[in-house]
Amino acid sequence: MGREQQQVSYTVEQLVSVNPYNPDIVSDLENYVNEQVSSQTYSLEANLCLLRLYQFEPGRMSIPIVVQILIKALMAMPASDFSLCLFLIPEQVQMEEQFKTLIVLSHYLETARFRQFWDEAAKSRSILEVVPGFEQAIQAYAIHVLSLTYQKVPRPVLAEAINIEGLSLDKFIEHHVANSGWALEKSHGRSQLIVLPRNEFNHPELKKHTADGVPFEHVTRVFPILS
Amino acid sequence: MSHPGRVHNPSRYVVPSLDEVLSFTGSAVAEAAQSLIPSASETLIDRSVARMASSYDYDDASLDSRYPRPPSAGQGSAGTDQGYDPNFVPDSVKTFVVHLYRHIREKNVYEIHQMYDGSFQRLSDRMFRECPWPSVEAIAPYVDNDHVFCLLYREMWFRHLYARLSPTGRQRVESWDNYCSLFSVVLHGVVNMQLPNQWLWDMVDEFVYQFQSYCQYRAKLKNKTEEELQLLRQYDQAWNVYGVLNYLQALVEKSAITDVLEREKEGLEQFTATDGYDYEGGTSNVLKMLGYYSMIGLLRVHCLLGDYHTGLKCLAPIDISQQGVYNVVIGSHISTIYHYGFANLMLRRYVEAIREFNKILLYILKYKQYHQKSPQYDQILKKNEQMYALLAICLSLCPQNNLVEENVNSQLRDKYNEKMTKMLRYDDEAYAVYDELFTYACPKFITPSAPVLEEPLTNYNQDAYRLQLKLFLYEVKQQQLLSGVRSFLKLYSTISIGKLAAYMEVDEPTLRTILMTYKHKMHAIDGDGKIIPNADVDFYISENL
Repeated sequence: MGREQQQVSYTVEQLVSVNPYNPDIVSDLENYVNEQVSSQTYSLEANLCLLRLYQFEPGRMSIPIVVQILIKALMAMPASDFSLCLFLIPEQVQMEEQFKTLIVLSHYLETARFRQFWDEAAKSRSILEVVPGFEQAIQAYAIHVLSLTYQKVPRPVLAEAINIEGLSLDKFIEHHVANSGWALEKSHGRSQLIVLPRNEFNHPELKKHTADGVPFEHVTRVFPILS
Repeated sequence: MSHPGRVHNPSRYVVPSLDEVLSFTGSAVAEAAQSLIPSASETLIDRSVARMASSYDYDDASLDSRYPRPPSAGQGSAGTDQGYDPNFVPDSVKTFVVHLYRHIREKNVYEIHQMYDGSFQRLSDRMFRECPWPSVEAIAPYVDNDHVFCLLYREMWFRHLYARLSPTGRQRVESWDNYCSLFSVVLHGVVNMQLPNQWLWDMVDEFVYQFQSYCQYRAKLKNKTEEELQLLRQYDQAWNVYGVLNYLQALVEKSAITDVLEREKEGLEQFTATDGYDYEGGTSNVLKMLGYYSMIGLLRVHCLLGDYHTGLKCLAPIDISQQGVYNVVIGSHISTIYHYGFANLMLRRYVEAIREFNKILLYILKYKQYHQKSPQYDQILKKNEQMYALLAICLSLCPQNNLVEENVNSQLRDKYNEKMTKMLRYDDEAYAVYDELFTYACPKFITPSAPVLEEPLTNYNQDAYRLQLKLFLYEVKQQQLLSGVRSFLKLYSTISIGKLAAYMEVDEPTLRTILMTYKHKMHAIDGDGKIIPNADVDFYISENL
C-alpha cells in the first residue's frame, strides 16, 4: 500500500510540472490534497495548480478541498502560502463563513496575536481538527517568531504563544532543551527565562556581512522594566 | 458535454490540450512544407547575414544610432482614406510584401528587421492611420500564396488593427484562429526562417495582450448586442485560457529552450552570445526564440491570474542577474522586470523588487532617448511611470533608500515625494495613496473562466483587480504600526519595553505583539525556505539589564 501511494504522488507532482493546464487532472489533485492531509505532507505547487484550475472552471470548485488547502497553507507559516492561495480564490467564495474564520486566524498569526489566535482556534475546532498536525505546525511558527525576536523569552510569553501551560509546558521545554539547544535560566523575578538558540536575528553581532546582504544601519536592544 | 481542452469537433476554433498541440497533424505540416523551405542551394551560408553578424548585433540598432534608416519604401498611393476596400493593394504595399517575402526567403535578418520595424510603421502612419491594411487574400498573389508568409502578414494585420482601431468580436476570434495556425506550424518544426528577435517578441507579447483584452471584452456583458452575445456563445473556445497557456507551454517545451540555457551554462552551447541567431548553420531561430519569449509570456499570464509564485517559476530558467537575450529587445526587458518586480512585491520580497526596479529604471533613464522614434516608445514611457509607482510602494513598505541609485532616487522624489510621505503615515489618507498607486501600476488582472451568458448580464471585468487590490491593502494594514516602531528604534540603541510602549501609546502586551510582527514582516522567506531580512533597522529583546 505504501509503495502504491508513493507512485501516485510522484505522478501527480510530475503532472503539475509537465502538464498543469489540464482540466482532467482535477480529481488527481483533489485526491492529492486528501493525501497531504492524512500523511502530513505538503505541496504548494500542486495545491496552487488545483486552485488555478478551479479558477478556470468555478463550477468544479470543492469548498471542503479549498478549506483543507488553506489550513495546510496556514501550517506553512512563516511562508506566505496562505495569501498566495487567497489571490486565486474569488471574492464571493472568500465571503463564506469557513473562509472568513480562516482569514481571521491568518490575520492573528501574521500580527503575532497568539492569544487571540488560540482563542479563536478553540472556537473553530471542528474546521481545524480535520487536519492532523495543525497545532504542532502553528507552535513551530510561534517559536520561529520568538527566536527572531528574543534572546531570552519569559515563560508566560512562551506559554501564550504556543498555548501550553503547567506540566505540559514543563515537558515541552524539557524536550527542546534536550533536542533544540534551548536552555533555562532563573531571572531576577519569579518567572523562568527560556534561553533561545543564538542566531543572526536575535544576536545581530552574528550577522554575516555578504555583498548581497541588506545594509544594516541600526540595532536597538530592547529590555523590560523590572517591576 | 463540451470539455475545454479536448478537441471535440473539427471546428476551426479548437482548444488544444497540450498533447494535441504537440502532436503531429498532417495537413498543416504539408502546407507549411511548401513554403519558406529553402532549396538545396539556399542552405549555404547566407553571406549577408554572416557579414552583418560580425560587425554588431542588429537588435541593438535601436540603441545604436549608427544604423541609417533606409530610404522610404513606398510611393504613397492615396485613396485609402475614404472608405476601406480590403482588396485594394496600393503599389507601396505590393512592393513592401514582395520585398519582405524575398528577404525572409533569403534569411536576410537585417533587411527583415528594417522593413518590419521601419517600413511597416511608416506605411501605417502614412496610409493606414484609420483603416486596416489590405486583406491577406489581396496580397497573397504577390507572394506565391505562401502559407506561412500569409500567417505572418495576418499577424501583423491584426496587431495593427488592435493598435490603431478597435477590433470587433469577430475579428478578435479570427485573430485567435490565426495565432493557432501560426503557432501550430512553428511547433511542428517545419518552419525554416530566421526572423528578427523584435518580431518574435512582439508576437508573443501581442498574443498575451490580445488574450487579456479578450478577457476584459467578454467580461463586459451589459451593453453587448444580441449579435455579439451570439458570437460569444458560438465561438466559446476562442482565447480559452487552457489554449493560451498550453500554446505557450508547448512552445517552451518543443523548443527545449530550458535545455539550451542549461547547456549554455556549462559552455556546451552558444545562445546568448549570438542573441539566439544561428549565423553559421542558418537553421531557424523561430521556435527557439518563441520558446524563450514564451517563458516571459507565461510569467505575464500568471501575474494576470494572480498566481505570482508559478509565474516566477516559469521565468526561473532565465537568470536575470546576468545579461541575456531577454534584455536585447527593450520591450522584452521591460516586460520581464516589470512582472518580476510586481510578483516579488505581492510575495512580500520587497528588497528583491526594489533592486530590480532600480536597475531597470536606471537603464531607461540612460537609454530612452535612443528609442524616441521607435513605435514602442509610448509603451516604454508608460511602463517607466508604472515602475516608479511600484518602487514608491515598495520603499514605503520597506524603507531601503540606500538600494536606490541617486538619479533614480531624484526622479522618484520628483514624482512621488509627497505621496511617499503620506504612505508612511498609515492613516486613511495613506490607504488612499496606496490604492491609487497600486491601481495605476498593476497589471490588468483577468477573470479566466467562461462568461455566463444568461440574465442578468453584468460587467465583471473589474472583479479580479478588486480582489488583488483588496488583498494588497489588507497586507498594508497589517503593517500599520511598523513604521512607528521603526522611527522609535532609530532613535535609541537601548530602550526598555515599558518606555517604548509609552511612546507608542500601547500597553506592554500589545507592544510585544507589534515587535514580533515587525520581525515576522521584515523577514521574508524565499523560494528555498531561507530567511531574507528586509529591514535596515532591527532590534532584539534581551531580558538582561
